[in-house]
Amino acid sequence: MISKEEIKHIADLSMLNLSEAEIEKYTENMKDIVEFANSINSLDTDGVTESAFALDSYNVFRKDEIKESFDRDLLLSNAPSSNGEAYSLPSMTV
Amino acid sequence: MRDLTAYKAHELNKMYQNKEVTVPEVIKAYIEKIKRDDGAIKAYITLCEDSALKRAEEIQARFDAGEKMGPLAGIPIAVKDNICTKGIKTTCASKMLENFISPYDATVTKKLDEEGLIIIGKTNMDEFAMGGSTENSAFFKTHNPVNLNKVPGGSSGGSAAAVSGHLAPVSLGSDTGGSIRQPAAFCGVVGLKPTYGLVSRYGLVAFASSLDQIGPIANDVTDIATLLNVIAGHDEMDSTSANIEKKDYTLALVNDVKGLRIGVPREFFGEGVSEEVREAVSKAVEQFRALGATVSECSLPATDYALPAYYIIACAEASANLGRFDGIRYGYRTKNYENLQDIYRNSRSEGFGEEVKRRIILGTYVLSSGYYDAYYKKAQKVRTIVKKGFDKAFEDYDILLTPTAPTVAFDIGSKINNPLEMYMTDILTVSINVAGVPAISVPCGKDKEGMPIGMQLIGKHFNEETVIRAAYTYEQNVKKEEV
Amino acid sequence: MEYEVVIGLEVHAELSTKTKIYCGCSTEFGGAPNTHCCPVCTGMPGALPVLNEKVVEYAVKAGLATGCTIARESKQDRKNYFYPDTPRAYQISQFDLPLCEHGKIDINTDGLEKTIGITRIHIEDDAGKLAHDNYTGGTLVDLNRAGVPLIEIVSEPDMRSAAEAVAYVEKLKGILEYIGVSDCKMQEGSLRADVNLSLRPVGSEKFGTRTETKNLNSFRAIARSIEFEIARQKEVLESGGTVYQETRRWDDEKGEGYAMRTKEEAHDYRYFPEPDLMPIRLSEEYIHHIEEHLPELPESRKARYMNELGLPEYDAGILTSSKHLSDFFEAATAACGNAKAVSNWIMVDIIRVARELGVEYDALPFTPVQLAGLIKLIDNGTISSKIAKEVFEEMVNTSKDPEKIVEEKGLVQISDESAIKEVVDRIVAANPQSVADYKAGKDRALGFLVGQCMKEMKGKGNPQILNKLILEHLQ
Repeated sequence: MISKEEIKHIADLSMLNLSEAEIEKYTENMKDIVEFANSINSLDTDGVTESAFALDSYNVFRKDEIKESFDRDLLLSNAPSSNGEAYSLPSMTV
Repeated sequence: MRDLTAYKAHELNKMYQNKEVTVPEVIKAYIEKIKRDDGAIKAYITLCEDSALKRAEEIQARFDAGEKMGPLAGIPIAVKDNICTKGIKTTCASKMLENFISPYDATVTKKLDEEGLIIIGKTNMDEFAMGGSTENSAFFKTHNPVNLNKVPGGSSGGSAAAVSGHLAPVSLGSDTGGSIRQPAAFCGVVGLKPTYGLVSRYGLVAFASSLDQIGPIANDVTDIATLLNVIAGHDEMDSTSANIEKKDYTLALVNDVKGLRIGVPREFFGEGVSEEVREAVSKAVEQFRALGATVSECSLPATDYALPAYYIIACAEASANLGRFDGIRYGYRTKNYENLQDIYRNSRSEGFGEEVKRRIILGTYVLSSGYYDAYYKKAQKVRTIVKKGFDKAFEDYDILLTPTAPTVAFDIGSKINNPLEMYMTDILTVSINVAGVPAISVPCGKDKEGMPIGMQLIGKHFNEETVIRAAYTYEQNVKKEEV
Repeated sequence: MEYEVVIGLEVHAELSTKTKIYCGCSTEFGGAPNTHCCPVCTGMPGALPVLNEKVVEYAVKAGLATGCTIARESKQDRKNYFYPDTPRAYQISQFDLPLCEHGKIDINTDGLEKTIGITRIHIEDDAGKLAHDNYTGGTLVDLNRAGVPLIEIVSEPDMRSAAEAVAYVEKLKGILEYIGVSDCKMQEGSLRADVNLSLRPVGSEKFGTRTETKNLNSFRAIARSIEFEIARQKEVLESGGTVYQETRRWDDEKGEGYAMRTKEEAHDYRYFPEPDLMPIRLSEEYIHHIEEHLPELPESRKARYMNELGLPEYDAGILTSSKHLSDFFEAATAACGNAKAVSNWIMVDIIRVARELGVEYDALPFTPVQLAGLIKLIDNGTISSKIAKEVFEEMVNTSKDPEKIVEEKGLVQISDESAIKEVVDRIVAANPQSVADYKAGKDRALGFLVGQCMKEMKGKGNPQILNKLILEHLQ
């Protein structure tokens, strides 16, 4: 059964802050949802291989050919903060 | 004066060809209609009035110059707001991307443009396509044009409502677990989820990469086939795009199902499927039989497991896909930060809505150390079993026929506080995504309150033609009043 | 207590493809920040990766050159973590089905041969670069490197000293250069190593707790960080403490390693198959074709230098330790036909110069043809070997052709017997004591006289003729 501590840990991994009330709520929701997810365990999958895709395709490659890169101003145009050349952040140990 | 918004796209095309109407006239009619009616329906997040009118003039000039134009040239189209449109906001109905203007076009957006379709607006949806009612939009709820108290379905609720409310003749949605078909059913329109890989996902903001697929929504099957012609095709920018020969799906608009083998999987009529839905779909079964199809009951035994497997896979992929929304390169950044951790945590916590966070948490949980095998790996095995179940059914049948959704559109606000109950509404659609096969939702009746009921026609991989032919034949032979 | 050191390495090598691993942006080093970028490598919403076929080819080459088994069925996986240099918040790497596994390479330290096992080689994408913003004091993110293809080569914990670790990386670097899959420029970070190190009591079977020191980008840093970490762990263990499993950084300027904050280590990468990329299936024909076209490896070149060119094993080993050096050697030898002389110049002068200048052998200030020219000037008697050293230094400083330097400085050797005889007569006459000493059997006196003559001739006298004439004069 999923615990509040697990929800907190998962929220940390997901870079989400949860208030006490949210933890409470998500823990409740997740109990139901996880129990529902557990229902797949009653299906016998012995000897069944996993499918990452619905279709059986492989070796999708591109040639090593240069395509023009993007206009930097356009790339940076959505950045919450930049110096016109790079995305900027508060100081961190680099 | 005639109402230009009452026409199907293929009818408008004839009118353009015959010079009965001009493209700017049609665009203006739609803009007026949207301004009048969308206050109540709220299908659109962004209306592209200026760019659409400008584009209309350009397309009209090409018509006037006698240029050979495609069948959808000059047709307005509503595009779900998770499909990137250069220069137009792409918000995914999230505070996270409220002001995001994509620097590039999705492959489908390019294709629309090349064919002369005119994007008239971007439609509302459940935030990041997570939901089945469009109530999870960070901005506002969309109302079902058939009954404004009802949800339009989701997550492509805005795209379905726009077509249903005649705020656009055609639209694009995306379908990860039913997000085109269920709102189409709820709003009484036609919606197709193509085979996984038929339409490029490049530029579709990913929810669950192995399940997402873009598809058309329209008022009839002809427009679906015509629009599918535009958007289908191999794309070297999408590794999961199928490298198969391009087809003309309008050739499948054939009024004939004689000899077509239709299977009706009993697992799709279980508890939770309302009596009225059952009746309407059973009636459609009889109509197909009357039209010369051979119909019999069949079984897709793993159906019950498809829904939990779907939620595990979809949320796992989503938890990774949504990691990029971190307040650094684009999207919402919290005002409240001193260091990098604050930017990450506060931007994501403030920028994502409740359902998105819930799915990120579920997805992170099922992938986390110690749980991977029990959930994700197991779900991938279930996917194999579900696929095989469909393969086996398609040895005996050309088409599988089911209800699209267990009920008609429900009241706004009635399920929003019970996530699991909301997830259950996807029970009839998700296995199709898990198996990657194509399926169309076609209106097949109404309940006593007049809410539309949809049936789902499921085909083999890359066999959209058969799905289209069956849907078209049904549409041509069943009186509009009946559905 | 006596401890045994156990070292395993994870070496990251940037592949020398023209474009990034998942998009068509250039991999060229340098370039203004964020100019080799597109929606794919900056992780824009909706953008999708498509694998560069050369990346697979290069990784397979590296696998074959290190004796690995090549996977017939392979896939890519997402490794999830948040860091500003990783724009999608996941790296695309390979988890349980790497392209290459179970290889080995042989190293030689102090004449001792040893085999180091290679656990696996997999492909992945590099991260961007973070830099300090001098204006705001903040941090800037440049994604030009984000998406540059890497192979990660993971060794078995088979090394027991810094010397073995360095020898292993040197050998690996040589192999990657030879097969042309990476330029291995350590100062540009295109080859870097993470060192996993633990101590255990001698005789113990069980491994001790290991630490991982990340991102070492010179042989010196590898060696020094290992010595540092051995000393640190020894001290911890001897004082009864516990070595913690942790990630460490190495500050090469200070010569110190330090633990990274523990918060960053609380990783659970949640690997899962990358749903945007299809699996890789390699046919026997594909693998066989690459194997057949693999270029000559260092071992084989070394054998050829010994057997065909008659070079000593030690010299052949040094020459083939770097592909650039070996290529330099071959080009110079081809141009002058004197392999031994080229080898001597490399062993004595060129290695020293490269070290002094801090450059790779493909970036020396002179070309192999210029070195060959210098050797030809010696061989045909135009200059003496002594003068040649002077010319060589000038070549280092000016990159001019040796012929031109000799001409400009008037360094042409004097071989005219009458001119030399005139000097010899003068010097011998002026040094009667030395003549007497020589005649009394003191051979050293001869050297003094030759030296005096050479000095008089500003070093340009042909030494053979000079020797001959002095001896004639004295007898």
